[in-house]
Amino acid sequence: MNDDFEPRIIGFFCNWCTYAGADLAGTSRIQYPPNIRVIRLMCSGALDPVYVIKALLEGADGVLIGGCHPGDCHYQSGNYKARRRVAILQSILKQMGFEPERVWLRWISASEGRYFADTVAEMVAKLKELGPNPLKGVGAV
Amino acid sequence: MSVTAYLEVAEGDTLGALRSFLGRLLAEDIVDALLVPQKLPTGDNVVPTLIKNPAKLAGVDPIAPVMPVIAARALSNVTATEHGERLATVLRSCELRAVIELVKLQQASLDNVILIGVDCLGTYEVTDYAKLIEAGANPTAELLAGAAEGQPTAHEGYQFRAACRMCEKPVPGGPDVYHPDITIGFLGLDPSQQILIEADDNLAEKLGLEADVGQVDNLSGGRKEVIERLIAERTAERDRVFAAFQEQVAGMDGLLAKFSTCIRCYNCMGACPICYCKECIFRTPTFDHASPQYFRWAERKGSIRLPTDTLLFHLTRLNHMATSCVGCGMCESACPSELPVALIFRAVGQETQAIFDYHPGRSLEEEVPVATFREDELTELGERQG
Repeated sequence: MNDDFEPRIIGFFCNWCTYAGADLAGTSRIQYPPNIRVIRLMCSGALDPVYVIKALLEGADGVLIGGCHPGDCHYQSGNYKARRRVAILQSILKQMGFEPERVWLRWISASEGRYFADTVAEMVAKLKELGPNPLKGVGAV
Repeated sequence: MSVTAYLEVAEGDTLGALRSFLGRLLAEDIVDALLVPQKLPTGDNVVPTLIKNPAKLAGVDPIAPVMPVIAARALSNVTATEHGERLATVLRSCELRAVIELVKLQQASLDNVILIGVDCLGTYEVTDYAKLIEAGANPTAELLAGAAEGQPTAHEGYQFRAACRMCEKPVPGGPDVYHPDITIGFLGLDPSQQILIEADDNLAEKLGLEADVGQVDNLSGGRKEVIERLIAERTAERDRVFAAFQEQVAGMDGLLAKFSTCIRCYNCMGACPICYCKECIFRTPTFDHASPQYFRWAERKGSIRLPTDTLLFHLTRLNHMATSCVGCGMCESACPSELPVALIFRAVGQETQAIFDYHPGRSLEEEVPVATFREDELTELGERQG
């Protein structure tokens, strides 16, 4: 493990739960690793896998997809659809020789600021174990 | 219930018997039009043709081992919007399965459509088929000659398309293949003498088909055996090719090498029956980047290949359609760089389909995986691990 390696994580968070949870972590002044760059979506179910793949091919070390807990989706079922898409994406990445462990899906509600901070810390630690994304310096993608 | 009958073939003219059978659908006013493969006037290709005039059936050849476009796309063209016509269409297994997917994706309609499935032993690349014709060969007759034994022997010096060589679903209504309204069978039979016709009761009555129970049982036994053997051989070939593929793409380098010659022409997407989106994200300016962006990438990575986003394209297309991939191989036939895309999409598709125990083209009731969900599935995904 390289101690200097700071993984870069792209977050895709739903507006209603995980984004609000991340916001709560901030307003509550809960410290968490600054390794994540967050993109807000209206719903985890609105995330086309193309953007996750693009992030990985561009060298992101991990992608964290955040949505409402099952049953809590603001749009009834978006998170269930996201769950299927992530299952498909992980299966495809794995078969194509890519590490599916770089793609995380987590249900984080608007009240779970602490859990959000813990999740980012946990993901940073896991990605440090995994090492940098092998595609980081590859131009032929 | 369905009726299994056999059609007598006069003077060894199998195609003639098939044409007259199809002609009866028009003559008996069972349908208004046929969508069937027909020889082009040049004779060197056979293409889906929409026929209303029974006098235009002379070049119909539903057995010709060539598939320049998948007929599912043609059926989508002619049935996607209200048309008020009664139609019958002849499809090989992969075309039939693609039709079922397109119907579920609301890109084709089976209202007033009679689906006729036909046995398929394999198809040549279009260029190979044309060469065979030019050389004076008769690919249809050669194929029928191997029907009794179920031996898909390609013309010497030629081979069937890679997707066909590993197709383990050669028979409509066979394992995990939709059961069409009518099945035309020649595997396990002597098609110079007779062809098997299986039709649902209602259609059989209209067509005057009567089962000769003794003879049909006799025929069916041999046919069943031949089909089972063919499926077993094809399954073995599929597993062999899949295993070789998995070895090749193990690790990122293998994957990059596989796609390194892609020129992002999107031919694979255009030929795919499942890729129906009218406005695919790759046809929009989403990935037309501002000029300075390319230089920034080159700066960061040292160098970048152009066109960019080739791997992104294939991985995304896999995510969008692999759960419905029927393995027709049209993508690979369309690829100017001869990438083994059919193999990749089939191998990957099979695994992703297995997550949902989904078999594309098997049934109209099973929902397309990307269009539905279940609350009680994949419950560990999204939860804190460990």
